[in-house]
Amino acid sequence: MDEIIAKNRFGLGINPRDNDSFQDMNWFEKQTQIYEAKPTAIKSSPNSKEIVRQYLEVQELKRKNKDNPQIFKKEAKILRDIYLSETNNRLNISVTTNTPFIERLVHFWSNHFAVSADKIEVRALAGAYENEAIRPNVLGNFRDLIRGVVTHPAMLAYLDQIQSIGPNSMAGQRRAKNNPDKEIGLNENLAREIFELHTLGVNGGYTQQDVTEFARALTGFTIANGKRKQFGNSGEIGNFVFEPLMHEPGSRTIMGKKFNQSGADQGAAILEFAASHPSTAKNIATKLARHFAGDNPPQTLIDKLKQSFISSNGDLKSIYLTLIKAPECWVTNNVKFKTSWEWLVSSLRAMGIDETSRIETPTVLENLGQTSWQPKSPKGFDDIEDAWAAPDALLRRAETANLIAKYFDAPLNPNQLAPKLLGNHLSEHTKIAISRAESIQSGIALLLISPEFLRR
Amino acid sequence: MQRRKFLQIGAGTLGLSLLAPSFSFANEANDTRFIFIIQRGAADGLNIVIPYADPNYRNIRKELAIENGNKLDGTFALHPALQNIYQLYLQKQASFVHATASPYRERSHFDGQNILEGGFTRAYELDNGWLNRFIGIIPKQKSEPIAFMQTIPLAMRGTNSVTSYAPSNIPDANEDLMMRISNLYENDAKLYDLWLKAEATRNMGQSISGQGAAAVGKMVGSFLAKPDGPRIAMIESQGWDTHSGQNNRLNGNLKDIDTAIGAMKTELGDAWGKTIIIIATEFGRTAHANGTGGTDHGTASCAMILGGKIEGGKVHTDWPGLAQSSLYEGRDLKPTTDLFGVISYYLGKGFNIEPQKVAQNIFAQVPNVKMFNA
Repeated sequence: MDEIIAKNRFGLGINPRDNDSFQDMNWFEKQTQIYEAKPTAIKSSPNSKEIVRQYLEVQELKRKNKDNPQIFKKEAKILRDIYLSETNNRLNISVTTNTPFIERLVHFWSNHFAVSADKIEVRALAGAYENEAIRPNVLGNFRDLIRGVVTHPAMLAYLDQIQSIGPNSMAGQRRAKNNPDKEIGLNENLAREIFELHTLGVNGGYTQQDVTEFARALTGFTIANGKRKQFGNSGEIGNFVFEPLMHEPGSRTIMGKKFNQSGADQGAAILEFAASHPSTAKNIATKLARHFAGDNPPQTLIDKLKQSFISSNGDLKSIYLTLIKAPECWVTNNVKFKTSWEWLVSSLRAMGIDETSRIETPTVLENLGQTSWQPKSPKGFDDIEDAWAAPDALLRRAETANLIAKYFDAPLNPNQLAPKLLGNHLSEHTKIAISRAESIQSGIALLLISPEFLRR
Repeated sequence: MQRRKFLQIGAGTLGLSLLAPSFSFANEANDTRFIFIIQRGAADGLNIVIPYADPNYRNIRKELAIENGNKLDGTFALHPALQNIYQLYLQKQASFVHATASPYRERSHFDGQNILEGGFTRAYELDNGWLNRFIGIIPKQKSEPIAFMQTIPLAMRGTNSVTSYAPSNIPDANEDLMMRISNLYENDAKLYDLWLKAEATRNMGQSISGQGAAAVGKMVGSFLAKPDGPRIAMIESQGWDTHSGQNNRLNGNLKDIDTAIGAMKTELGDAWGKTIIIIATEFGRTAHANGTGGTDHGTASCAMILGGKIEGGKVHTDWPGLAQSSLYEGRDLKPTTDLFGVISYYLGKGFNIEPQKVAQNIFAQVPNVKMFNA
């Protein structure tokens, strides 16, 4: 095991001022002990309940003042600002964290259970989603993690769950009577993505019928908005609530298994069933293996992780332990091409800075093609080289490297920095190219854009 | 050529601490503008101020030799790309110091620039620079000295307050970096291929350089022309590390500098008469051309001093010659004039302070302050 691999492949990149030395597996163990689910940068971030309320207020203002956008301009800006400041906070945490391995896993799960700020309802909630649904559960059990995800307002809004109404529920019947021409009813989006992306995986053994059944079970999972009083909604505005009057009555059959529970318990039971299924173990094992051992990870590693998932009953710490112990993750070659996010974070850590307030995070990330929490689909950002190693992307990284070097080169000597960051991954060719650069700035930029630094 | 007729003031080590609280030597504020332009990458002095009459010049430079320079005197000619600067020379508003270098005698860009900006004898000695220390010994000005770049360069870093400004609409000419990246990816087939494609696309949509230089010159001039504007400024120029394709690259870089100076002068208007500009590089390049149409890291180079405030029209040098036996370590132009002395001299002249006092207060080791016998 070597320090360079530990910190670059498992952590978020080396900070030359960091005195956190790597000796052995204890480096990982210590991080699980000192990990804070709510680091300083997000201590005062607004929670999802406040954000939903703000959102509903803006909608209300918009509805009442269609011709006078001035009235809701300020309120709408508050929502945009929340997204921007959470993006900044995320970068700040990543650059300064003393638990980089856990932080990497937060990003991993956030992307596995992706929401996208492309959807206007989700934009302001995206940061709160990671902070509330992912961070507190990253060292817990997979079942707790997914429960947090599926009941979070951001996910419910992103995958259209809040509109899903059981056709035979009280609410469904009433609506059908009042609006006979209007199509209302089930929305399968969340149910499908839970099976396809979050748990079982695309060939995980479920059918369309199973998706529809699950969607029926999930009816009633929604956000309290204060407007469904006629349905008896008693939840506090902005919170997750189970709305019995929207729930499709009856028992469900999923993959041949019968679920007789009623109400919210039914959806929860199916979720638990899916989360514990061997197909899920395989799906998660494959994604984790790909993240740490290369785009085409060895089958031996996938098997180990799958076994660990099953035997620990989804205990994430046990699975991580299997992961870091596996020699397949410690091969000397750099096996992964960094995503833009990983590359930016590691570049800034390499500058040895302790805060990121001078960086316009959203602009920089947009330029690099990976705005936080804004993947193009519920699948999240791709985790393979072909998605990131492209001509224009490389050019943008070069330009960004040049800018980073301009901003932060002050106390650094690239000749000394290069071996610190890359250890024996530093090739003679790169070393010479850096030493021949015509200025410190140019030397730093070359280091950040070098083949070794683009990979981990 | 001005033969060595310098009034030498003794060399010695510094008595005052470089971090001592500053006090003003000049009695009252004058309105001099001082601009330091650093050429990063080691500019080739021998092809900028060309010793055309040196019998060995053509021999050692071969196909790199510049034949069509504008004659400055019986020994030296100015690179033909420097048209504005040549006009200044004719008007006695430009001088050149040849075979000059900082005390640095090795060949690392980083260390060389660190010493050129820091004013130290060893690289990374302190984290502050000579221009900042100079600000400490002149009366406080109406506006803070300014670096026209994103960050404060080492020369201006220190206890005295300075600022920086870099407009985002001026194209960032990082051609040098882009070229180096191609080289960096030589052994990585995938990245190399991607990079070639990226560059091809990039070149299609581009037409900068000259315009960028004029915009920089205009911007700097407009800042320093203002009655309440800054009086001390620094700019950096990149791309001087010409290991290959030197003639084209040097021509382009010099054109940019010349364009920037022309625009600066126009924009400064009357204030040009109160302006001193020093252009210097961390070290020079090998006397001999290398095998790839360029030159490698060397030692002495030339510095340019421009502005209406100087009594110019001269090439100052204690010319060591280009005979093999005269070359420093058998390969480079030998340094005969301390660049720090040159800087001290012109700063002193510009701000009415004894150059010797300037030297004592801003450089770690007091240089030979050569008072040019003008």
